[in-house]
Amino acid sequence: MGICLPNPGEAHINGVIVPEEKAYEEAAKQFLMAKVPTLFPGPLVLWAWNEKAAKKATAIRHLYNTLKECVQPGQTPMLIPMPDYRPKYPKINPEVEINPNHPNLTIWHNKIDCCMFIGVHCHQANLSLKIIRGGTSCYTIAMCAQAGHEDAMLSFRDASVEKIMKLADAVKRLKGSVKPRLTSAKHGA
Amino acid sequence: MADTHSVIGTKNKKGQTFTDTWKMMNEAPRTPSFYTGSEVIKEALRRASCDVMIAYPITPQSEAAALIGELFAEGYIGDYFRGESEFAVMSQCAGAAFGGARVFTTTAGPGTMRAMENFPMWSGARLPIQMIVTCRGINSPLSIQPDTLEIAYLLNTGMLVWHAETAQDFFDWILKGYMVSEEPDVHLPLALCCDGFFVTHTKDVVNLTPADMCLPPYDPYRSPVPCMDMECPPVRMMRDPFIMKSNYISYATHASWQQEVWAAVERSRKHTIKWLNGLIETENTDAEVIIVASGTAVSQGREAIRLLEDEGIRCGLVKIKVLRPWPGEEIREATKNAKHIIVPEFNVTGWLAKEIKATIPNSERVNAGPRVCGGMTMPPEIIVSEIKTLLGMRTMSLAGRGS
Repeated sequence: MGICLPNPGEAHINGVIVPEEKAYEEAAKQFLMAKVPTLFPGPLVLWAWNEKAAKKATAIRHLYNTLKECVQPGQTPMLIPMPDYRPKYPKINPEVEINPNHPNLTIWHNKIDCCMFIGVHCHQANLSLKIIRGGTSCYTIAMCAQAGHEDAMLSFRDASVEKIMKLADAVKRLKGSVKPRLTSAKHGA
Repeated sequence: MADTHSVIGTKNKKGQTFTDTWKMMNEAPRTPSFYTGSEVIKEALRRASCDVMIAYPITPQSEAAALIGELFAEGYIGDYFRGESEFAVMSQCAGAAFGGARVFTTTAGPGTMRAMENFPMWSGARLPIQMIVTCRGINSPLSIQPDTLEIAYLLNTGMLVWHAETAQDFFDWILKGYMVSEEPDVHLPLALCCDGFFVTHTKDVVNLTPADMCLPPYDPYRSPVPCMDMECPPVRMMRDPFIMKSNYISYATHASWQQEVWAAVERSRKHTIKWLNGLIETENTDAEVIIVASGTAVSQGREAIRLLEDEGIRCGLVKIKVLRPWPGEEIREATKNAKHIIVPEFNVTGWLAKEIKATIPNSERVNAGPRVCGGMTMPPEIIVSEIKTLLGMRTMSLAGRGS
């Protein structure tokens, strides 16, 4: 993917720096094409440790509800939290959570073919993205509050409530205009 | 919750104004001052909004550590103490950084080696600690004299490694170093190295930024890992480590973790180029002979170039400022026309020449020397002699070389 991260106002798609507006469209398209589009909110937005986090959580719920409204029959949006970063032994329950030390298990179990990380600390997000990229064919999106992630196939930076809402708007706008993938391959589309 | 930008323009308890770092370093007036390198470290730290400084005395960094103690007494440093050993110091630095503090330490030679286990741990834990390394001999029989061998051991720790030539580099890079290493996509420790005594104990004119301006404070909420939390890695991993599990998942996690540290080193490139105006500096790279060096070997190279010019021999120079991330592309470009690449070094093994040989095409062009070690000085005449010999010219006899 390369190691050049976007500057403010930009995003990247497959390592190519693009204006942020283009990335909203592409992310929305990927969500609407996927059989199991999934949001992975992390600890930074799961716990109301400040007002901004609580507002982001509300926006993420709105994005999830928007996805559910906009997909077609046969598509199953999911919202699976990454509540903490502890390695889960002896076994993770992949139906209810994802973990940065073995995120591929959750992807495989739920046949997730497009996912977005948000509210995950950058180091743990990068661990997850590397393992998912190495072990699945899931399309990865990062809505990063800092500088973005080169290990995601599409990455925003400086995530905010407004950006999450803009992504939800893009999903709404593209509703019905994107043909979903008919099949989901083993271990991700 | 701390917000770095919201404090710009406000004053700290010492009456210093938190200043946008770019303005402070590039636009604020500078005052020429005549200081030793150790005094310059103190003056940089006065402006660094540092929370914690911990060190253990070892020559030649002891003077800097003691001077920073004066800063603590004056109220410029949040906390300051001497650890029980270098190993303890670096562990204590980790504790302070885990807790969200901006941390500074100084070390040298055997102290660096004694503390070595901590450095990959700092990197893996993504702790942006700044460590000044005033290089000296590390081997038995004991030598306190300048020698850069310890840098070779730091190169694969996952730390950022910079090598200052002058006290001015030191002053600027201490302050800029925090800006690079605290970026959330970097967030790694920085080993800011210099050649002991040559820089630390030599007086030089250094242009200082105003003493009433200081860096914005560190914002731990931008960290890519949580601040110390016993339920979360990296702390939790020490208590219930996946390293103890022998299974594919633990290997995959560890591999990704290591890759992420080195990806962060690579990501620092963008920020380092911005703050240091490039990873290398060059002069006359169209010349057939180019000296490539780091640290005070650069200064000796400059003098050799002046002596060669007096004899009508044109020679170029590449000053390597940053060793990690390694400026491979820049070095390839700067040396593409060179027939002879001279790498003078203050160590016995020639680690810099090896790095350069592994980087450029036609590596037989690299002349791994001249090298001095164990505290010897490097007269520019031996660089001149090496170059003239390579060019097939008569050279003066140098004592001890048998020529």
